[in-house]
Amino acid sequence: MRGHHDMGGLPAGPIERAEHDYAFWEKRVDALMMLLTERNLLRVDENRRAIEALAPDVYDAMSYYERWIAAITQVLLQRGVLTADELGRKMAEVEARAARKP
Amino acid sequence: MSEQDTHTPHDHAHPHPARPDQDESLGYYQVMEVAVRELLIEKGVISAGDVRRAVEAMDARTPAQGARIVARAWSDPAYKARLLADGSAAARELGIDVGATHLLVVENKPKLHNLIVCTLCSCYPRMVLGRPPDWYKSRNYRSRAVNEPRAVLAEFGTSLADDVEVRVHDSTADMRYLVLPERPAGTAGWDEARLAELVTRDSMIGVAEVRRP
Amino acid sequence: MSAPANAALPARFRAGDRVGVRRADPPGHLRTPWYIRGHVGVIERLCGAFPNPEELAFNRPGLPAQPLYRVRFRQRDVWPDYRGPQHDTIEIEIYQHWLEPTG
Repeated sequence: MRGHHDMGGLPAGPIERAEHDYAFWEKRVDALMMLLTERNLLRVDENRRAIEALAPDVYDAMSYYERWIAAITQVLLQRGVLTADELGRKMAEVEARAARKP
Repeated sequence: MSEQDTHTPHDHAHPHPARPDQDESLGYYQVMEVAVRELLIEKGVISAGDVRRAVEAMDARTPAQGARIVARAWSDPAYKARLLADGSAAARELGIDVGATHLLVVENKPKLHNLIVCTLCSCYPRMVLGRPPDWYKSRNYRSRAVNEPRAVLAEFGTSLADDVEVRVHDSTADMRYLVLPERPAGTAGWDEARLAELVTRDSMIGVAEVRRP
Repeated sequence: MSAPANAALPARFRAGDRVGVRRADPPGHLRTPWYIRGHVGVIERLCGAFPNPEELAFNRPGLPAQPLYRVRFRQRDVWPDYRGPQHDTIEIEIYQHWLEPTG
């Protein structure tokens, strides 16, 4: 079966040429990717596989760097670099911190 | 009235991010990014300085690097030959750190126009050109560049005669591609810096021609 | 650099060879696009040998390294309704284990 990411030759619309400035968090995802691959904690193909595993509607709804961070996180969980428990606690902490800002 | 950051004289010693994140609530994946980064820093896997330096290094990579490569190739036939034989080595000759990239340079000719795409995921010669434009990563470009390249080129304002071969390169594996555009007429005797100003990012991806003098 | 010779499979093909892309359809992480499977092209060059990304995707070393080729196809052969001239081409990097010789 053709993967949802494997889109060469499928019908598609006109190309939207407007470009956005990269947000700082997106640049940090990019940096994380490079730092983790340098440290052999992530392979580019592991990241790609994790992106390809996203369900089609999820893949389409996410932005490029959202897919990247979701995939990076999956690989780090698979590799045991992070646990779901500590990630969940930290994410809750980050959300609470953000909510405290007026 | 929302609280504003106050900048005391002490704050001016540390640099502000180039573009602050939005101060409304963070999306789920932004929260994830912060959490993952902070955990990795706490575990000593990376440091905050590592992240900052990596962001700055990537910010410093711009299409101007590619333009220097093209301008040198236009000016020096022996360099051009080396470039076509081993793009990574030739980029390093100019002090461009391509890391582990296997750069393959494809040359436009009067009857040959090259176009680069990565249908599977948006691979791009980031170490040479910097971060790719949104459209390069879009579904519509990734889908159509392979089977209707001339229509895609037309959307970018580029039209090619029927007797020109359009050759699409789908960056499916380990190589990364850079188009070496043709040197435009009317540039005889120009120095490399002046030539480089004609070379746009889009001409090195292949969706556009270089600027004319 | 690509993998050292003693950790790589020998190259079966050379520039100019006609090759077909296998019509396999496994799950997993593949770098041979759907649209090119089953088509016939010509080897443009051997790029070197690289660890197999299908294995790297699962954090395995992907050795011995697979020869990787650039293969050139005529667009008119690949797309039944291709509207451009007959000399338009498409070139893709394909790993050796996806290629088979053709007559």
